[in-house]
Amino acid sequence: MEYIILILAGILFATAIYNILQKQLLRIIIGTVLLSHGAHLVILTMGKLKRGNPPILDESVTNYTDPLPQALILTSIVISFGITSLLLVLSYRTAKENNTDNMEEMRGESNE
Amino acid sequence: MNNLLIWPVILPLIAGLLFILLRNHIRLQRVISVVVLGVVAGISIAIMNQISVNGIQTLQLGGWQAPFGIGLVADMFSMLLVLTTSIIAFCCVIFSFRTIGKERERHYFYSLFLFLITGVNGSFMTGDLFNLYVFFEVLLLASYVLVSLGGTKIQLRETMKYVIINVLSSAFFLVGIAYIYSITGTLNLAHISVRIAEAGQDGFITTIAILFLLVFGIKAGLFLFYWLPGSYSAPPTAVSALFAALLTKVGIYAIIRMYTLVFYHEPQITHLLLGILAALTMILGGIGAVAYSDINKILTYNVIIGAGFILAGIAAFTENGALGSIYYLIHDMIVKALIFLIGGVIVYLTGTTTLKEMSGLIRNHPYLGWMFFIGSLSLIGIPPLSGFIGKVFVTRGTFEAGYYWLGFIGLIASLMILYSVMKIFMNAFWGETVLSEEEEKGTTKGVMVPIALLTALTIALGIGPEIINSYVETAVEGLMNPQIYIDAVFGGNEIP
Repeated sequence: MEYIILILAGILFATAIYNILQKQLLRIIIGTVLLSHGAHLVILTMGKLKRGNPPILDESVTNYTDPLPQALILTSIVISFGITSLLLVLSYRTAKENNTDNMEEMRGESNE
Repeated sequence: MNNLLIWPVILPLIAGLLFILLRNHIRLQRVISVVVLGVVAGISIAIMNQISVNGIQTLQLGGWQAPFGIGLVADMFSMLLVLTTSIIAFCCVIFSFRTIGKERERHYFYSLFLFLITGVNGSFMTGDLFNLYVFFEVLLLASYVLVSLGGTKIQLRETMKYVIINVLSSAFFLVGIAYIYSITGTLNLAHISVRIAEAGQDGFITTIAILFLLVFGIKAGLFLFYWLPGSYSAPPTAVSALFAALLTKVGIYAIIRMYTLVFYHEPQITHLLLGILAALTMILGGIGAVAYSDINKILTYNVIIGAGFILAGIAAFTENGALGSIYYLIHDMIVKALIFLIGGVIVYLTGTTTLKEMSGLIRNHPYLGWMFFIGSLSLIGIPPLSGFIGKVFVTRGTFEAGYYWLGFIGLIASLMILYSVMKIFMNAFWGETVLSEEEEKGTTKGVMVPIALLTALTIALGIGPEIINSYVETAVEGLMNPQIYIDAVFGGNEIP
């Protein structure tokens, strides 16, 4: 099971890097979102995908899944959510100010 | 357990939250932010004295014992950095009173400023890897907004690049945390160190060490600095001085912490790589600093050379190297803030960043000119000033470790710094005075106080290194001997 999820994370990383290297702003943002999905999957897998019960305290249950990676992922999902919304607004403003959403055309001095 | 430790983190946070409610009371915001930063400096001095008497102080939040809860750990190294941070933030916030402008002040500038300080202080003091990630994000989010605040064309463009690079490195940071967790099963730095020391550092752990070097290297401007010159020259002066003094130094702190506390078992691989990257950083940064004739670009490339030089001392991994690194780190934070503030004033006066279009400022602004001269001599490491002692020890450390090439490149880089800052001094201050006082685009009124304060500090540190010498030596002892840190964190409890 771990191998399948890790291959999936690898595919997500590859797609993310491909998208980040594109010129269009929106594609870059899609790339960053995919990248954080991949990272979250890696965290989940590294806590071992043992078959246990959900980590809710119950008298009759003895084996639980590891609750720590889930807490880490929850934290990092919120953070990446905040950053993604900032990035979206920022790219909207950037595209409006610069009259382009092409990263190539935002190089610097000659385009001022 | 020492409850004093929470204040450097939580005090700026509370003040920042309060400023959101006090949006239109700008005068009150100014007073509170100055007071808060002063109090944080006082508290960190108090903690430093406690450390020198009682050893490393820890605070386990919520009362959960060491590896299970999140702890704050104040060793001498981190408290020295917290103290320097609050002094620099104090100067930058005073500088921003006059220069930042009503519009930005009304749009939560001081809130963001203090959130940034929260993140920086938290990163210096945390004892937990994931908590370090969270504090990194706190300071990065504040910095994203501070770079783009104002919304000019160039700021927005550079913020996009800055944010994307940092999102990328944060994702790698998460992956690194996941790997560490899968190997050691813990996130507490001291506990990770114990587990790795027990199991031995094999190839996989060394790979993770290099992954962390990549992550923190991007933040610290170590070799992977290509985002830095653009995004540090876009924001207004008070902000870019704060960034140059603090943000890259957080990355450097994280590298030093990880490479002395956790990944210290295979120095011939990891520390050699660090040394090579430091050497390349100094060379490339030096070439950049020499090549440009734009004030902002020259100063930002000097930040990069500084990062390379500090890490050269850690790469050597000897006691003298670490001592030099800490001295140079403190000096570099102060002097980078100083020359960025003066560079900003020069741009403010002349209305241009190009060196060829300015000359003869010394006639109307003698104090500014000579303070820039002192700052640049200190940057190069001329004996009575603060850069000297760090440079001597770093060079000695690299020679002791047998990395003669590294020490040599460090000295060559000093010459390149000399050339680049003297180019600014001679072009901007000497020569014929082209701007009379009436023609200047701005005034130096009110901005000289923080600059004079930082100049006095760099002179004082150079003349009297004995003032902080005992503290720095305690810090080095803690860095070179991770057992002290581990014992303090577990506080005599059994290590699971």
